This record gives sequence, C-alpha cells and structure tokens, in this order.
Amino acid sequence: MERSSIIERVLRAVLLTLIVIFFLFPIVWILLMSFQTNEQILRIPPSLSFVPTLENYKALISGHLLTSAGSLDIAFMRNLGNSVLLSTCAVVLALILGVPAAYAFARFKFWLSEDIAFTLLSFRFAPPLLVLLPLSLYFQDLGLVDTYVGLIWVYQLIALPLILWIVRGYFEDISPDIENAYRIAGHSWLRTFFKIAVPLAGPGIAAAGLLSFIFCWNNFVFALVLASADKQPVTVGALAFVTASGIQYGQVAAAIVLSVTPTLLLALYAQRWLVEGLSLGAVKG
Amino acid sequence: MSASLSLRTVDKVYHPRGRLAVHAVKALSMDVERGEIVALLGSSGCGKTSTLRMVAGFEAVSAGEISLANRRIERLAPAARNVAMAFEGYSLYPPLTVRENIAFALKRGRLSASEVSRRVKEVAALVEIEPILDRYPNAISGGQQQRASLARALVRDAALYVLDEPMGQLEPQLRALLRGRLKRLLKDRAMTSIFVTHDQTEANALADRIAVMEGGVLQQFAPQHVLKEKPANLYVATFIGEPPMNVFDASVIRSEGCTTFELHNGPSFGFGDNELGPEVRQAIGNRRKVVIGVRPHRVVLGSGSAETARVVSNQWLGDQSHVAMAVAGKLLVAVSHARVRAGIGDSVPYGVRAQDLHIFDPDTTVALAHGARAA
Repeated sequence: MERSSIIERVLRAVLLTLIVIFFLFPIVWILLMSFQTNEQILRIPPSLSFVPTLENYKALISGHLLTSAGSLDIAFMRNLGNSVLLSTCAVVLALILGVPAAYAFARFKFWLSEDIAFTLLSFRFAPPLLVLLPLSLYFQDLGLVDTYVGLIWVYQLIALPLILWIVRGYFEDISPDIENAYRIAGHSWLRTFFKIAVPLAGPGIAAAGLLSFIFCWNNFVFALVLASADKQPVTVGALAFVTASGIQYGQVAAAIVLSVTPTLLLALYAQRWLVEGLSLGAVKG
Repeated sequence: MSASLSLRTVDKVYHPRGRLAVHAVKALSMDVERGEIVALLGSSGCGKTSTLRMVAGFEAVSAGEISLANRRIERLAPAARNVAMAFEGYSLYPPLTVRENIAFALKRGRLSASEVSRRVKEVAALVEIEPILDRYPNAISGGQQQRASLARALVRDAALYVLDEPMGQLEPQLRALLRGRLKRLLKDRAMTSIFVTHDQTEANALADRIAVMEGGVLQQFAPQHVLKEKPANLYVATFIGEPPMNVFDASVIRSEGCTTFELHNGPSFGFGDNELGPEVRQAIGNRRKVVIGVRPHRVVLGSGSAETARVVSNQWLGDQSHVAMAVAGKLLVAVSHARVRAGIGDSVPYGVRAQDLHIFDPDTTVALAHGARAA
C-alpha cells in the first residue's frame, strides 16, 4: 500500500460519502416512504419526522388495499411469487441451454458458428415491443398466451444471449490444455466438461446467471402483454396501485422494498461467491 | 525392436477464418521404436508442436495414418489413445493441489490409494517437487509448475509419453540434473517418448534420435552424430551445431588431378584427387556451382595452412576460442580448444581439410558429399 497524505485520505472519504449518499438516497427515501401513510408522504413541506406504520406492508401481505374510495383486492404476494417462479425457471433453463452452447462456441469453430452466436446476441437488439405483436399472435395460435411456459420461453430472449456471451468469454479464457490434460488421462469429453470446464468458469456462470436473473426480474413489457393477472410478476402487478382514488405511494414504496429484497439478497450471496471464485485465480490457467 | 509409434504421410492443414490455409505439417513419416526417446527439433512454427498434438489427439490429422503399438489411433479420442502428455503451458488444474493434479492422471487406472500415493511421491522426488506437493498451482513458480506438469505425465503407465518443451522454464543446473534423471527413468522403464524442444543441448542429451523439422517438412531423422557429420541438407547443416556450420557458394573448377573450389570474391581451395576420392567427384558430377561447408571445430588454424584471413573477433570462452574471420565477404568461424592469440585485424593462417568438407547442391540444397564419401 502506498502511503497517502492526510488531506488526500480525508478528501477521498468525503467524496466516497457523497457518492454513496447520491446513489443510496432514493432507496433510503423509498424505505422511509414505505413506513408512512399516503397523507404523511404527500404533506407539504415534506418532513422526516413521522410515526412509522406497518399498514402498507399489512395491506400488501393480506391483499386488501384500503383507499379513501373503498377496499380493493390486490394480488401482490401472488405477483411476487410469479416473479420468483418466472425468473428462476427462466434463468435455470437459460443456464442449461446456454452454458453448453457457450462452451461449444468457445471451443469449436464450426461452420457458421460466429453467425449463429451473433444472431443469438442480436435478439437483445430488437425492441421488445416490435417482437411482441407477432409473438402474441403466434402465442395465441399455440395456446401459450397466459401460461408460465410461454413466459419462461419468451424470457429466454433476455437471459439466453446474456449467459451465452458472458460465459463464452470465460470459457475462452481457460486454456484448452487444462481440459486436454484431463482428457488425455483417460476421461471422457463429457466428464471433462463437468469436472474441469464448468467449475473453472464457475464465477462467470454465477455472474451471468445473476445478471440475467435481474434482467428477467425487471422485465415489464413481455409479461404485461402476454400474461393475465394471475400470471403477472411484480413489475406489472405494481400497476394496481394506480387506483381510482389516486396513486397509493405508501403501498408502492412497500411493494418496491419487498420486490427488491429477493434480488438484493441473491446479489449479496452471489457476490461473496463470485469473490471466492475469483480469488482462487481459477479464471487464468 | 518393433516400431511403437508410426506416422505415415501425415498432413496438417489449418484453415484460419478469413485467411489463407496454413500447411503446418507436410507428408510426415517417421517410426519411433519401442523404448526409444525421440526429439523433435526445429525453429518456432516448424510444425513440431502440431505433430505432437496430432499424436496426442488434440488436433485432427488432415491426412495420413498414426499408429501406436500396432493400433490405428488417429481417429480415437485422446482418452482412448493411451498417451501421456506434458503440456508447454503446464495446464495444471488450479483448484487442485499439485499432489491432486498428479494423482488425477492415475485415478482411471483403478489403483489403490496407497499405490497412487507411493507413485506420486516417487515421481515428485524425481523432479524435486516433494516440498510443494500440497501447494496450489497458482502459489508456485513457473519452473515448479513445469515440473509438476512433467510429473503428471511421467506418473502414468502409457504406451507413449509426449513432452512439449518439458524443461523450457528451468534454471540451467536443475535442467542438467533433471535431464540425467529423466533419461535414466525413460531408459530403465523402456518408456517410448517423443519430446519437442528448441534446445539442441537438451535434444542431444536426452534423445536417441532427433527429428529436425522445418516448414512442416521432416528434414532429417537420425542420431545426433549423424546429424552433425552427415547433415542431409543445408538446413540441417546450418541448424545443428553451435556455432553453426560455415557455408560458402563456390564454383567448381576441374583440372588434371585436382578439384578447386573457388569462393565468390574469395580464396580458392584446391584438393588433389588423392584427397577428394572418385566417389565425391562423381557426386559433384559436372555441376559448375556447389555450396561447400565446414564445421567451425574443423577449421584448421595456424602455420602450415595455405590461406590467411583477417580476424574480425576473437573470443576466449574459458575452454575454447571462437575466432571469426572475414572470408569471401562473409564470416568464417573457427573454434579451437587452444587459446588463439590473435588481435582484431591480424592475419591468421587457416585451412580446410578434404575430410572435413561438406558439399551441397546449390539448387536443391541436398547434401552431395561429406568428407571423403558421397552423401
């Protein structure tokens, strides 16, 4: 470690604090909002002093929203469950399909391999709304509209290219001779893939899986068009808080806190795992 | 002795994307006897590593046959070939310790745990890595990784051991020590092996026969003394030996009872028919131009020699003198085991004897004659 002067260190601390405040302020504000009633949130001037209430969370978890215009049923917890189900299944499927494909693209140069890989990436260029109209027509014919299977399939547009391209890079960084050394010792190609290549690309696979999970979780438009209320994830479900009697800011804030929590926990968990994998120096042969 | 490894007109053509195809190995044929140690020697990009990888199974052969112990192997998966390999880039598996890396090569052999442990210890002692057996590959030096990789290959019972630059990263003393041990191990157990190197000393010390490759073509495959005394062509002549052979373009002038080689813009060397026998004269035939060569160790320095030349540099290496002289617009290097007392610019008498002369065809570069005999 190089020694730096006191001024430098103080300046660095101040700057870091400013940056952290800048980025964390909206999240903290939402957290505070989720413990306030709509009236407390909307008072002018805004104030930091309030008596925290758990009403918002209670309403979300029980599914009954009480507004000034009357009671309203919302399916927030079901939406949350849908989000978990859809994102998890989509990422697991994308990993099952994408990791072997990424390995193939990294290790074998076959006819049209680059073109196929690029075509898969190009799915990410297409504006979702452009894809959706023809897709919803096809889905109606196939009977896939408003099914989990249909949504998970469409989510592959988000998850698969991401996993394919990130993991491919990790596979390319592993010297093929590490696998060759294992293969020549009498182990089959398949065993080498699972015992050597996949563990070595582990941090990359985790990073790609995490990223695509977040992307799937945050998706709005696919589920909005292709799913009805009981299959919709939180991103779409949050629309329910725009009610006839105004926007329920308190509940929206609480819903955000609840819907951010799973991804946040997953990210924290995976981050520890990522660092562990990288500190083994596993990526560079 | 029967051929253990046999390559028959093996070709390797690479087709890189968007670039011209590269013909890396051309019609390579060679036989390696059981228990023989063979070195593949050549400059970078000469096709020696491609050859090795085709034998191991990591590159497909474009054409030709490879057999090992009377079994065709060129279409088999690497796992099925019964070949052990030490990789140039070490290729140790990072999450495993050195001990586990060496042991995983044995796991398929259904050996007992104690037997595995005994053999790992034995091979570790051989390559001097016992103290680091429980360290991880990233925590040890390049030389140690290379020895671990070598150990991983040697610990197996295979029909063939393929070693790619097995000692490139080691310091000289250790290299010399391991060379001796490796040679004894390979010979004691009659392990057929083929290794790639560009260190001639290593090839000379370890190999029974050396295959010199250049431009994807096998130039010559022979024991070391044959490469030195009877190089098949100009490439082998100038590649093998340190310092390399002196070669000069010469015109052949026949007169009664005498053959004279006149160097371009330089001296002439005349040899009587009693020195340059009929065999050699016949090999030269009626060529007007040849290339003549002489090993630096065979250039005769000192009085009694016919020609003199100006000294350009004179280095005493402790056990031999390297004297470079200006001859025919090029350098003629002479090596003498006695200390040569000549300053730069001095004229030194030198000579070439008929029995030390190598004669090559200037167009095909193929050797015509070595000393008193036709090639």
